[in-house]
Amino acid sequence: MNSVGLKVPMGQRLSQWWSRFAYQWQLQLMVLPGIIFMIIFNFIPIYGLVLAFKNYTVVDTIGDAPWVGWDNFRIILTDKYFWDSVWNTVGISVIKLSLGFILPILLAVMIYEVPWGPFKKIVQTLTYLPHFFSWIILGGMLISWLSSNGLLNQLLSFVGIHSNMNYLLEANKYWGIASLSDVWKEAGWGTILYLAVMAGIDPTLYEAAEMDGASKIQRIWHITLPELRGMITLNLILSVSGLFGSNLDQTLVLMNSQNQPKAEVINSYVYRMGLTQGDFSYATAVGLGVSIISVILLVATNLLSKKINDNQSVL
Amino acid sequence: MSAISAPAVASKRIRHSSPVFTAVNCTLLVLFTLLIVVPVWNIVISSFSSSGSLGEGVVFWPKQFSLDNYKSVLADSGMWNALFISVAKTGVGVIFHTLFCALFAYPMSKAYLKGRKLYSAMGITTMFFSGGMIPTFLLIKSLGLLNSFWVYIIPALFSYYDVIILMNFFRQVPDELVESAKLDGANEWRIFGSIVLPLSMPGLATIGLFHGVAQWNDFMTTKLYINNESLYPLQMRLYDIIARSQAASSNGGNIGQVVLDTTTRGVRLSTIIITILPILVLYPFVQRYFVSGSLAGAIKG
Repeated sequence: MNSVGLKVPMGQRLSQWWSRFAYQWQLQLMVLPGIIFMIIFNFIPIYGLVLAFKNYTVVDTIGDAPWVGWDNFRIILTDKYFWDSVWNTVGISVIKLSLGFILPILLAVMIYEVPWGPFKKIVQTLTYLPHFFSWIILGGMLISWLSSNGLLNQLLSFVGIHSNMNYLLEANKYWGIASLSDVWKEAGWGTILYLAVMAGIDPTLYEAAEMDGASKIQRIWHITLPELRGMITLNLILSVSGLFGSNLDQTLVLMNSQNQPKAEVINSYVYRMGLTQGDFSYATAVGLGVSIISVILLVATNLLSKKINDNQSVL
Repeated sequence: MSAISAPAVASKRIRHSSPVFTAVNCTLLVLFTLLIVVPVWNIVISSFSSSGSLGEGVVFWPKQFSLDNYKSVLADSGMWNALFISVAKTGVGVIFHTLFCALFAYPMSKAYLKGRKLYSAMGITTMFFSGGMIPTFLLIKSLGLLNSFWVYIIPALFSYYDVIILMNFFRQVPDELVESAKLDGANEWRIFGSIVLPLSMPGLATIGLFHGVAQWNDFMTTKLYINNESLYPLQMRLYDIIARSQAASSNGGNIGQVVLDTTTRGVRLSTIIITILPILVLYPFVQRYFVSGSLAGAIKG
């Protein structure tokens, strides 16, 4: 419409944009409810984070509450229970992350190498299943399995180890229980994306490698795993950024008065301080601190993976 | 694309695979699968054992087969109410959530939509940042949604992750079809309702199932926003039973509490089975939707 080289004045460009916008008013009307939803349910709570810098008591509205600057954060620094919950969160997450990251890769490679379709399908169907159990369900199951006469002790007695320990009442066993049960729940499901990538690997690569005398293990090591590299990096970034966001459902259902010193995680601490004890501002400050650390971790891992992965970034 | 239908290339490689490798590999996979199946099976058979025998330990087969656990759970009218709430919030939630996300995803699947970049930036922000538990709680409170059935439905209407999946499905609708409908005088609403939605049923089913599982399994919404027992879904009932027995067992082992523990245990086990039954029954039939959905989400996500 405008001849080449001629600068279109801002006003005209705006009115052009506007007239096109108005022309697709029906489409814009369809988008509108979603936009309104996001503003109310996602962006207003982000604004609510100012609570962390205020002293909010239930009678105030957020706007009326007095500013207190960094006071809430200063209290955090000397709060023993907060640091205990940080330590537990990191401890559980590191075990969870290292196992939960490697196991799906291993499983996916193993499933990929199965020559019979039906066997493959049965393994996949059964290993995906626990992903669909809620933490309440799995928590209820774990309480039964780990009780003094539950499955674990029964199986141990088959191999000659007699004990009637209730594992959930042992604080020093809690990290293991929390991380392993999470890995048990999600490992099978975690294979889906790797299997999808592997389905796209060019089979001639394997044939060529075989011609050259590569063994099965060598073919996995030199062909399959390098092909998975992008997906592995993506999963690593996502799981590292979630390092501090330990599962609240899991903690609420598995925590009891005996294991609490090892079970309290940041999220359950926020829940307890905020909603049970009514200290909204302090709980918001804790939550905000943790989200900021998570974002820093996300950006840092992304930068790191760019360096390692020849400038391939995921974000 | 589906990981489940073994790709044709795999069968080509069978001839060359080493038998020792395959034997070891499959044995390990069987062991891993048993690690999943045996504990779940243990819960199933325990729920059919008499509550007295549970104290002696049940491993692979029921001891003193009995339906008493189920009878006592189903005799509780609160249980039936919880079942009704679970079914209602899942059903209503799936319909509204799917339609709401689809309505947003359809215009977003058009590259020429004005403001599209801004909208998608907003959507992506919602995936990475949130106000967290406390500001969200205060919002829900000020909207008057505390202790209301609608707190299950309204805050869960929208998910940008699901929008991304739906956009991928909507893009597969041929442009020619949309163009010819436009020439015939159909407006965007008509195109959306009579062409795009019917042609994207697999996508809608995927999102619906994802949300259905999330609604069925959701417990935090109740824990945070509901303290009216008549609005408790099954998950919350189960949580209450668990919390009671956890408290009983962790407060030390005197005789009275041990007795309480064995009777609540039977109730807990049968409630677990009732709560996962719909998932166990439907899962083999709908599994492929979950797989294709999680793939579609990963490709663009």
